[in-house]
Amino acid sequence: MQTTGFKSSASMKFGDRLFGTLAKSFAWLTLILLAGIILALVYASWPSLQAFGIGFLFSDAWNPPMEDFGGLIPIYGTLVTSVIALLIAVPVSFGIALFLTEMAPAWLRRPLGTAIELLAAIPSIVYGMWGLLVFAPIFAKYIQPGLQSSIGHVPVIGKLFAGAPLGIGLLAAGIILAIMIIPYIASVMRDVFEVTPPMLKESAYGVGCTTWEVMWGVVLPYTKTGVIGGVMLGLGRALGETMAVTFVIGNTNFLDSASLFAPGNSITSALANEFAEADPGLHTAALMELGLILFVITLVVLVVSKLLLNRLAKGEGTKG
Amino acid sequence: MEITDAQIEFKDFNFYYGKFHALKNINFKMARHKCTAFIGPSGCGKSTLLRTINRMYDLYPEQRADGQLLFDGRNLLGSDIDVSVLRARIGMVFQKPTPFPMSIYDNIAFGVKLHEKLSSSEMDNRVEWALRKAALWDEVKDKLKQSGMSLSGGQQQRLCIARGIAVKPEVILLDEPTSALDPISTARIEELIDELKEEFTIVIVTHNMQQAARISDYTAYMYLGEMVEFGVTDELFVKPKKKETEDYITGRFG
Amino acid sequence: MNLLARRKLTNRVALTLSLSAMAFGLFWLAWILWTVLELGISGLSLTLFTEMTPPPGADVGGLANAIAGSLIMVVLATLLGTPIGILAGVYLAEYGRNHWLGSTTRFINDLLLSAPSIVIGLFVYAVVVAQTGKFSAWSGVLALALIVLPVVVRTTENMLQLIPNTLREAAFALGAPKSVVISKVTLRAARAGVLTGVLLAVARIAGETAPLLFTALSNQFWSLNLNEPMANLPVTIFKFAMSPFTNWQELAWAGVFLITMGVLVLNIIARVFLRAEKVN
Repeated sequence: MQTTGFKSSASMKFGDRLFGTLAKSFAWLTLILLAGIILALVYASWPSLQAFGIGFLFSDAWNPPMEDFGGLIPIYGTLVTSVIALLIAVPVSFGIALFLTEMAPAWLRRPLGTAIELLAAIPSIVYGMWGLLVFAPIFAKYIQPGLQSSIGHVPVIGKLFAGAPLGIGLLAAGIILAIMIIPYIASVMRDVFEVTPPMLKESAYGVGCTTWEVMWGVVLPYTKTGVIGGVMLGLGRALGETMAVTFVIGNTNFLDSASLFAPGNSITSALANEFAEADPGLHTAALMELGLILFVITLVVLVVSKLLLNRLAKGEGTKG
Repeated sequence: MEITDAQIEFKDFNFYYGKFHALKNINFKMARHKCTAFIGPSGCGKSTLLRTINRMYDLYPEQRADGQLLFDGRNLLGSDIDVSVLRARIGMVFQKPTPFPMSIYDNIAFGVKLHEKLSSSEMDNRVEWALRKAALWDEVKDKLKQSGMSLSGGQQQRLCIARGIAVKPEVILLDEPTSALDPISTARIEELIDELKEEFTIVIVTHNMQQAARISDYTAYMYLGEMVEFGVTDELFVKPKKKETEDYITGRFG
Repeated sequence: MNLLARRKLTNRVALTLSLSAMAFGLFWLAWILWTVLELGISGLSLTLFTEMTPPPGADVGGLANAIAGSLIMVVLATLLGTPIGILAGVYLAEYGRNHWLGSTTRFINDLLLSAPSIVIGLFVYAVVVAQTGKFSAWSGVLALALIVLPVVVRTTENMLQLIPNTLREAAFALGAPKSVVISKVTLRAARAGVLTGVLLAVARIAGETAPLLFTALSNQFWSLNLNEPMANLPVTIFKFAMSPFTNWQELAWAGVFLITMGVLVLNIIARVFLRAEKVN
């Protein structure tokens, strides 16, 4: 040791402070990004917000030459396709998670889990193109007529399945979305099921419960906040998904029946199809407002999802 | 028992974890180029005391100290002390081996580079010197480029000692350095400590009383954050002055 | 005995349904991959990589400009987003663990991680394209970088948190300043995990279409000018697949094949890599 004092070099201190400041400012950047996105969207959609006010949400007009815009049909399309997706994806994901945590032999768990995660990695444009060119024709030829001849005659519900079986439409978009979000929901469910303390499960097995009773009566109640959080995460994905929907929803702004077979539009598909060619001015602003509405809805869903998942992580105890 | 050549001295020293008063009114001196051991049951504050000497607690905002901790007469608790330089003068080895994710050579050179500018041949010499001091040279001289993680547990711990020595500190703090090692590796480390005393002041925390008796010159017995007894090791183990110390070292308690 | 029999039956039915759910999930994966392989491989040829995207009606053509454009934009977006993401992740794990800025940023970052990518496209359009008055590759790069950012922040933070605290203390005990402890020791110990995160981020943006629709747009010609619109695979696939021309559709399948294989290979490399490092 050469020095006998206690002072280090100024340059070393400067470098250290610079590094810390840089890291901190990039954390700030991430934080500000969210606010920046909201502000930019509000700013860009301001003409539309002013022209149509709250009525934008309830108007089904979409007439670029007349400069009359309303968001009802795309908002409806986004919500309906997401609900269809959840109705299919939630039970299937639960089944997959149950299989992966309780049923599959140990050597199969990892490869099967990986396969499901790979399904999540496939870009959405692949789902969209496959949906349009492969799935929709088969859907129109076999499944839609089948649905019509079976539940199509039931009063009220039957209306949902009326009209020409075109393949593309709200129902097809909902199904493709379901396939897309199954891996997200299934992986979260699997992860939360795995945090259930083994003691809890073993004591239930110990009193003679069947696998199903342990899952339904013990694991699911224990992890329900996490399960709901995972479902909300999937919903967030479904609401904001663009390509998988745009290919198969039909892209039309006319909607005059309750039928899920009818083609429609979602917020994301309207944006994908029209935005690049929209006239500057009210048309662009109205599309921006759709984007803003989408962002706000997904943020609410994601915040709820995060809070629920965090609550489960905290309830888990001393970890972290 | 009078320590004439004290290198480190605690005066009215107190330490807190948030509101918890972890070390209470500590007063004692540590002799230069001797080995001082801290013993006591777990949670007594012996590791906490050790970690104040290089101001490790600075990393954690809720921990603080007051009183005086003198190092050659300078108060180390002052805000004018640069902990980076302080830690170059007071090295530390931990309970579990902590090799860095880099080669054996780079592990040793890591600390040296922080404080000195050496040419590459000077650095080679320093690395060899430190590894020889830590009795590891013969085992690793042909694989200096290999990862430090590839060594056995005992070798890793000697690597960490060498890494501390390489900076040429004046004091080496050892926090239960053998508790994760097998008996043979432990014996080697103990031999090593005995040799290192020639050049460095050693402070060791150990839960193993035989170890303290074997290697230390002075021993402090701590209990519930207080220093119950401090003295020359041979006297403290043979004829403790306090009943509590006697109960602990004879195994009636702890 | 009746009750027991019914419980057992319920159990059997439930487990059968669970098995079929698993089969259902794998069925789609297999079907989609099969289609991509079947239709994609038949479209593969050398001209795919040498010819430009054809105009409507032409019967020859490739994807050369789109492949090059995608590679350029993905690489630049990764180079832009990764260092910022790593440093922000370092802040969360090493500086702001008990600070409001840390926990708030962590929460916001998780929201950004799942935010619709099309909104990122709109944002970049509003702040860059609308201001400069033209679509450009740079704006596409920026949009993709904003998608890389939260992925890298998240993995960097997670991986740094797995590093035992004793390793940090050991480096501090040698007198290393915090920046050195982080850059030379903790980040280095976490490098496999961080690299995995970067690979996954690359895989994610390689197939992203929505954020490019209003930023880089597309380009029928070969162009390396970052101030002009740039061709890229996803937008080209979108345009070609929606068209009635069989020639375009075949090229779209070939493009989908390239992207899917690229993404899957990146994912598998990332996993194998991380596992190999863990065993070590």
